Amino acid sequence: MTTGPDIAVRADGVSKKFRLFKERNNTLKATILRGRRIVVEDFWALRDVSFEVPRGETFGLIGENGSGKSTMLKCLTQILRPDAGSVAVQGKVSALLELGAGFHAELTGRENVFLNGAILGLSQKELRRRFDEIVDFAGIGAFIDEPVKNYSSGMYVRLGFSVAINVDPEVLLVDEVLAVGDEAFQRKCNEKFLELRDSGKTVVLVSHGLSQVQNLCDRVAWFSHGQLMKVGPPREVIQAYTGTVQVDREVDDAGNPRWGSGEGRITHVELLAPGGLSVDKVRSGDRATFRLRYDMQSAIERPVFTLAIRTVNGFLLTSPTTRDANCVPEKLQGGGTVDVTFDPLRLLPGTYDVTVSLTDVSYSHPYDVRQNVLRFDVEPGSIPETQGAVSLGGTWRVGDLVPDP
Amino acid sequence: MTTLATYRSSRELFANLTLRELRSKYKRSFLGWAWSTVNPLANMLVYTIVFKYFFHARLGPGEPSGLDVYSLWLLSAMLPWNFFQNSVMTAISSLVNNSNLIKKTYFPRDLLPAANVAAGLVSHAIEMGLLLVALLAFGNYRALEELPFVVLLVFLTALFGLGFGLMLSVLNVYFRDIQHFVTILFMVWFYMTPIIYPIAFLHSRLQTIMKINPMTDMALSFQATLYDGTHPGWIELSYFALAAIALFVVGRSVFNRLEGGLAEEL
Repeated sequence: MTTGPDIAVRADGVSKKFRLFKERNNTLKATILRGRRIVVEDFWALRDVSFEVPRGETFGLIGENGSGKSTMLKCLTQILRPDAGSVAVQGKVSALLELGAGFHAELTGRENVFLNGAILGLSQKELRRRFDEIVDFAGIGAFIDEPVKNYSSGMYVRLGFSVAINVDPEVLLVDEVLAVGDEAFQRKCNEKFLELRDSGKTVVLVSHGLSQVQNLCDRVAWFSHGQLMKVGPPREVIQAYTGTVQVDREVDDAGNPRWGSGEGRITHVELLAPGGLSVDKVRSGDRATFRLRYDMQSAIERPVFTLAIRTVNGFLLTSPTTRDANCVPEKLQGGGTVDVTFDPLRLLPGTYDVTVSLTDVSYSHPYDVRQNVLRFDVEPGSIPETQGAVSLGGTWRVGDLVPDP
Repeated sequence: MTTLATYRSSRELFANLTLRELRSKYKRSFLGWAWSTVNPLANMLVYTIVFKYFFHARLGPGEPSGLDVYSLWLLSAMLPWNFFQNSVMTAISSLVNNSNLIKKTYFPRDLLPAANVAAGLVSHAIEMGLLLVALLAFGNYRALEELPFVVLLVFLTALFGLGFGLMLSVLNVYFRDIQHFVTILFMVWFYMTPIIYPIAFLHSRLQTIMKINPMTDMALSFQATLYDGTHPGWIELSYFALAAIALFVVGRSVFNRLEGGLAEEL
């Protein structure tokens, strides 16, 4: 098994078979009475999967439930042993499969930090050095010397994450664990995660959050029924995935992915120039209004509209929602319009894509999501900047004499 | 994969798991650690009463120590037996009890049963220390001279228990009745080993059969060093050592063969 110096993770023809027992011998008595006649059905969770992740890359695994992506991750962590093929991971590995998995309920938070850290491969010396940082990050405070069974589930998970993220691995394997805790803690987690990524760590990430994958990952692998369907840039792979797999998914007339439960729909999206004319290009720094037309077949309580603007290569620039703006009606029924106005529109010249969505107030239930429903151009206008995608409208002062600090 | 770094980190993890066993053992109990001495003392009391007052049996003084205290003689083989039994019993359920850990994290799995044996070893060392103090208080200074042999015997007992524990812990994942079966096995095995009665009480032919059991040699060796104050018999010592090493090798290889499927089976 050879691994080049620049390849951090390599899977080579990995297959994993699970045996589904129709009737199984769980006791000696059953084994003796029935002999070897156990009824087994083979289920291939992974079939001949090969890929390589170069050092420093953030690699996403996506796919439906049961597609094999978590099994793949468990093979990479050595928790599961593949039936065929091989797995090689170079460098110190830390796996975040379940937070606080190693916690012992009767032991205190402090004792558990040292135990859990040791399981994740941190030396006791390192742990002592980072102990304060870990406790700080988790926001546990005086509870650190209480048995963890007295912790709230939030505290439990926060402490688990805090230990895991402080392991300082070269290769980080993550399974859906970034969505923990309250919003403030999630933000902290994401920051820490980005920090790891930017410091050149290799990350393999299993996620259902496609926008998260799109924003974080350099490349994405799509699994379906244990097979690797496609590996490539996030946008490409996600489109292939969303275009084919989801049951409640369809493609609108223009060929763009669209999904949602459908009680309410966004029927039309347009861009309005200052005069109120529907256009497909605006000038940088002008006033711009996006108008969404909706049609609610049944009354929808507290609906939230989101409008996301991306660059053509998929980078999310902004994604304001009516909830952010405190503009959520108690109930909507029938047809109507929603306007969001940017005055001035601080986008620099270029081409942009708009994705709109109608969800419930927690964003968890999509009624209608229309990906890349509108493409528009921004032409040079009153904003003189040229580099980047947005202008934040900063002001400069040059040449003032300020005493050195 | 077995680089120095992995070895070092797994050694630290081993220490941590052992500490966890020790800490959680008597958590939330009022007497706490005192229990680990109360139990053998209660056992000693019961067996002493049965042996001396119900059966009116006499042990005879230790040669050459001249010590004639049944309770001390009993403890010198019963404490090692208890250590062996506790190690195996806790090791057996160690994998099943830590299924969450095994399914969600990776580390060398044999550390779990090994940590149970190590935790047992710590309690055992304390018990043996107290026994030694008692032996000295009764004037048996020869036990002190035999200390290197005692340490060797404790090590072999640990190895024996570890080999047995490794093998049974991984089998117990596949067949959960192992732990119930082993409870009975230990009960029979205990009485088949000359711990509460001297082997000399038995017919000489029966003695020969009993010596197939390596635990007999364990008991005789401990009684010789601690109670009689003499070297253990070379035959007994080497038979016990060979058995311990063989069981360890077999236990390890069974464990290594089956550990790959643990995360799926649990």
